[in-house]
Amino acid sequence: MHGFANPARFLRIARWLTPALLVAGLVLTAGSLAWGLTGLPAERLQGETVRIVLIHVPTAWLGMGGWTAIAVASLVELVWRHPLAAIAARAAAAPGAVFAALCLATGSIWGRPAWGTWWVWDGRLTSMLVLLFLYFGYMAIAAAVDREGGSSRIPAIFGLVGAVNIPIIHYSVIWWNSLHQPPSLSMGSSAMSAEFLVPLAVSTLGFSLLFGGVVLARMRAILADVQAQARLRRKALEA
Amino acid sequence: MREALDQWTFVIAAYALTAVGTLALVTWSWLAMRAAERRRDAGRGR
Repeated sequence: MHGFANPARFLRIARWLTPALLVAGLVLTAGSLAWGLTGLPAERLQGETVRIVLIHVPTAWLGMGGWTAIAVASLVELVWRHPLAAIAARAAAAPGAVFAALCLATGSIWGRPAWGTWWVWDGRLTSMLVLLFLYFGYMAIAAAVDREGGSSRIPAIFGLVGAVNIPIIHYSVIWWNSLHQPPSLSMGSSAMSAEFLVPLAVSTLGFSLLFGGVVLARMRAILADVQAQARLRRKALEA
Repeated sequence: MREALDQWTFVIAAYALTAVGTLALVTWSWLAMRAAERRRDAGRGR
């Protein structure tokens, strides 16, 4: 693990892995969306709107996965001081926020025909909205620390503390009454038939590869900026 | 519970929003990465 924290080694791997993940993710995602629009049958209760499951579930998974990545990278930064851990945490914030926002938007669009309302203040929707605000807070704190030169431990601690919201989101439909359905998938069992489960798996894989490619691209961008600033500081000291 | 709404309108809206949002994220991240690496390489005199 320490070996991959070397920026030079990371860049050697990321140079070919970034476009590979993005191309594979785009192909799988486009294919699964086309499958969702043309290949899925209407469902008995939800009718045509069941097709939204192919985008709502992966965006929810990545909205929560993005913050989990921030929390893990923050822990690694705080405990082992890996040079790339803080960069990885910052790189995961924007894509995580985008997918959390897409999850809320697609859920709201789905809710109108399914529940008769765009929004309810129940545990699942509210905790997901809190996650989006946590992303905004994390990005604001990280930007302020980078700009003002404060300790990078502050966003790392915020990333760890915010992770308490992830199990709340997951268990919210079990702990509280909700219009939102309980989990359809759990370890080793599924309430979904294979004709929905297979395209959902393909869609989730495609969006996840895209997420990975975007995080790598953003890590490379942050690393390049850090290296350029370090070079400028060295030149200023030599002058 | 189904209403007398055109369900395809909701499906198309959700898919379009997700496609546009995801493509915008990928394009923005890729272009930002290329610009940052060009700036770094220009500073090295390459």
